[in-house]
Amino acid sequence: MIEVRGLNKSFGAQPVLENVSFHIENGESVAIIGRSGGGKSVLLKHIIGLLQPDAGAVLVDGENIVAMNERQLLRVRRKFGMVFQGAALFDSMTVAENVAFGLRRHEHLTEAEIAKRVAAALDMVDLPGTEDKNPAELSGGMRKRVGLARAIIYEPQIVLYDEPTTGLDPIVSDSIDKLIIRVRDHLKVTSIVVTHDMRSARRVGNHVLMLHERKIHANCTPEALFASTDPVVRQFVDGVADP
Amino acid sequence: MNFLAGTWLGEWLTGLGRITLLARETIASALTFRFSRRDVLYQIYFIGIKSQSVVLVTGAFTGMVLAAQTYFQFHKVKMDTATLAVVSVSMCSELGPVLTALMVSGRVGAAIAAELGTMRVTEQIDALRTLATHPVDYLVVPRLIASNIALPLLTVESMAVGIAASYVVGVGLLGIEPTYAWWNMLKYSHNSDVMIGIIKSFVYGGIIALIGCYKGLSCSVGAEGVGRATTEAVVYSSITILVCNFFLTLVLEQLCVIFGL
Repeated sequence: MIEVRGLNKSFGAQPVLENVSFHIENGESVAIIGRSGGGKSVLLKHIIGLLQPDAGAVLVDGENIVAMNERQLLRVRRKFGMVFQGAALFDSMTVAENVAFGLRRHEHLTEAEIAKRVAAALDMVDLPGTEDKNPAELSGGMRKRVGLARAIIYEPQIVLYDEPTTGLDPIVSDSIDKLIIRVRDHLKVTSIVVTHDMRSARRVGNHVLMLHERKIHANCTPEALFASTDPVVRQFVDGVADP
Repeated sequence: MNFLAGTWLGEWLTGLGRITLLARETIASALTFRFSRRDVLYQIYFIGIKSQSVVLVTGAFTGMVLAAQTYFQFHKVKMDTATLAVVSVSMCSELGPVLTALMVSGRVGAAIAAELGTMRVTEQIDALRTLATHPVDYLVVPRLIASNIALPLLTVESMAVGIAASYVVGVGLLGIEPTYAWWNMLKYSHNSDVMIGIIKSFVYGGIIALIGCYKGLSCSVGAEGVGRATTEAVVYSSITILVCNFFLTLVLEQLCVIFGL
């Protein structure tokens, strides 16, 4: 279980998160929505300990990761997989080397076993036979799929997605959403998806957190969010600009 | 210390503190063998083998010009045969290590800062961390170890090439009597000169790798940030090498006197 308590974060004089609190149960699929630049990715990075808050706590299975140093965090991060907005593939490595990175670093497997696991992970993300390609040869959607294969190869308990469909056409976005659902259902992982794409949030989340004005404004099911009469929620759901 | 915040002195002290922490983390990681030997070998290839042409040309032409200039001055007082001795001592204890380090800092320090800086701005460093890998273990330690191994080897190569080139110029071009020149060179060059050069180059290897890694890992976002980190890595490592060279010379020469080397 992930629990966030009273999280505050500022960059210089600019506050980004104020007293943010929520919890996510094991196996849940949560979409974090909100306007661009509203602190969604910052919140996600706090959950995996990539950023340190000014105040507050982040508990992963009861352990407060805010109090941990970088080396202690490495142990907790083995429970996580993360897919970055720009995929963040290692550009000096092939697809296979990228996907196998976590295995090579942390598990003592033979080359044949690694190759088998890499092929299985690439199959899972519908990219079989791309092992020898370089990241530069891949499209945006393919890069995100490789990023997902790299994140799930060592079977984490929690997968974080930072804007997985941003910059992709609707068809590729739909395939990425289906992939997120497939990974969630096959691997029984907890999924946390940061997005500002309402269609995507409705499809992949069985729970939605809406971040507005640095705070959690709504914490409900997608159905309740879409049925909400709250003007802030309605404006975001309907995609209407400020008057 | 709040009164220093925002001043150049405050920023300089902050940078010094951070690089010291990076050095401590790196040494602790190296001593616990968390790095991959394959990565160290690749970095030795990148820093050592790929710097051959730069180091050979620098060493050879430094030896040649030093031989010519020394000869022109010594010839006036009829000390031609002391030329190679001066070149040898200078190449071993000062010019070999310093010029090799400066050339390598321009090539390798810049490359390290640019590579790590690009990894930082494209979130590859964050990706490493999410894959439960400490950036110091994976990126800094192999570069530091490789630089500490490659720099002494490159320096010895530079010394040898510089002395050989000075012999060719002195004897072949300027007409110095070879037997006396060689004898004088052996008489006035000591093992301690070579030792001082190797110790200095080991220190400079650490400076190049640490400053390059620190600048890359702490670079600001965007292409401009990477460019600035690259420039600062070369400038700061060059200045640090030159300043350290003075103090190392004083300390190491004194140690040689104390231990009778």
